[in-house]
Amino acid sequence: MALLEVDNLSIAFGGVKAVQNVSFSVDRGLVYSVIGPNGAGKTTLFNLITGVYTPSEGEIRLDGQSIAGLAPHDLALKGMARTFQNLQICMNMTALENVMVGAHLQLDRNLIKAMLRFPGIARRDRQLRDEARELMRFVGLESYWNLGASSMPYGALKRLEIARALAAKPQILFLDEPAAGLNSHETAEIDELVRKVAENQITVVLVEHDMKMVMNISDRILVLDYGKKLTEGTAREVRENPDVIAAYLGSNT
Amino acid sequence: MNTLKRHYPLLILATVLLLLPLVLPNNYYYDIAIRMAINAIIVLGLNLLIGFAGQISLGHAGFVGIGAYASAILPTHFGWHPILAMAGGAAIASAIAAVVARPIFRLKGHYLAMATLGLGIITAIVIKNEAAYTGGPDGMAVAVLSLMGFEISGEKQWYWVLAALLLFSFWASRNLIDSPFGRALRALHGSEVASQVMGVDVARYKVAIFVLSAFFASLMGSVTAHYIGFVSPNIADFFHSIELMTMVVVGGMASIYGSLIGAVLLTALPQALSTFEGWETVAFGTILILCMIFMPKGLVPTLATRFGRDRQEDR
Repeated sequence: MALLEVDNLSIAFGGVKAVQNVSFSVDRGLVYSVIGPNGAGKTTLFNLITGVYTPSEGEIRLDGQSIAGLAPHDLALKGMARTFQNLQICMNMTALENVMVGAHLQLDRNLIKAMLRFPGIARRDRQLRDEARELMRFVGLESYWNLGASSMPYGALKRLEIARALAAKPQILFLDEPAAGLNSHETAEIDELVRKVAENQITVVLVEHDMKMVMNISDRILVLDYGKKLTEGTAREVRENPDVIAAYLGSNT
Repeated sequence: MNTLKRHYPLLILATVLLLLPLVLPNNYYYDIAIRMAINAIIVLGLNLLIGFAGQISLGHAGFVGIGAYASAILPTHFGWHPILAMAGGAAIASAIAAVVARPIFRLKGHYLAMATLGLGIITAIVIKNEAAYTGGPDGMAVAVLSLMGFEISGEKQWYWVLAALLLFSFWASRNLIDSPFGRALRALHGSEVASQVMGVDVARYKVAIFVLSAFFASLMGSVTAHYIGFVSPNIADFFHSIELMTMVVVGGMASIYGSLIGAVLLTALPQALSTFEGWETVAFGTILILCMIFMPKGLVPTLATRFGRDRQEDR
């Protein structure tokens, strides 16, 4: 059974149908990419699935359970994590603390116990600190761990978001343009990182404009245009599809 | 950070509080020290809300007023034990905070400021108008606080009570900020959507911290009432809210030490400026404006940055 199933998903903002009747499913352990020209509805689709928006119509199932309309913090509980196209880093915290927030749900969050500093809380927090450092090493940011996020370069913040999402130990990870604004060297690093994530049995759903990266790492690709599903298939199938070529380059008919 | 080093700030504060009576020449200075401590405890709670969680409250004196008047009214009119009245006041303040928090924290920025402002003003109006119970604008006398037959009276005794309360609040605030709960608070300040996606139930956290700060404000209202032996509606009014807010901002948003420094300085400043005879408000205002121009982040964070200390250690 597929891990994520999306069925006839639609949302309209006023008269604009940003996503219309989109259906697809993502099998466990795959890297699944969503591509399409600017304004095709990729980020909206992400926001629908991750609970930022509530769909007007349609069904979303994770592991067979319906999740459409659940709040983001409930989805986090079900093993969903994501990054953002326009970074959402907590600039008032250090890099390490940002990663530690990712593990929020694995911790005792009781207010009274926290104020009175019950021994278990402090102990678990120290343990988490080590785990978070380990994750920062995994994404190649070990030298930044004690730095304020506001003084980190853009490329590092992109990877910090991935580390934070991984700290949640998700079963499915949504990456919204992880290579946006990065140079080719940095993009190659992200490419490498996404592969390493997928090797760890985490299903990856990716929105990305860098076609070289998408074609390289995706097991399957969904193409959106004007909020509708244009086609879906392997990199090779998508590349050779005349509709896709027309959507990207314009057709001469 | 090793455990002993973690406790240095607490030990330093304890030492200061312990040694302070040696240099306080008379009751007038004890009185100022007590008021500083009361303000510091309220400001610690308020800073958790404003500085750490990034939510504003311009009506916090309302909660101080609820506590103060609960301690005045419940023993006088209903024969409650003062301690029970204190707890009752804190419970009422917390309950009001919890009920209004959900709708209020849907608002952001100016709208949130206006809503909390309204909450404070309503409390002040109720206190002024329910004269049968509150004595109206004239205020009312408050019973003496007794603990197991031992009456707390006089500046010297109150000093030790407040010193203990301040130490506890300081310790608890630091613990909270250093915990997963505190981290989630700061995260929702940094990016609400990111913290939601990481599993932080943003609405619940905002409510919780609002209730906590209201709880402490109410307790301190009760303490103030018993300490002075008298309450008047001024304790709940808008200017008191602004005063508390100013202590947070001048001391430093999202800084525990800043809360202490802000409360101490702004409690002392009006006393120090009293030599200006009538112009003290102007001098006070000028100092605040200069503070905001030259250290918009507040005293402690600005100085911490200047001396290049690591942020994490300086909270």
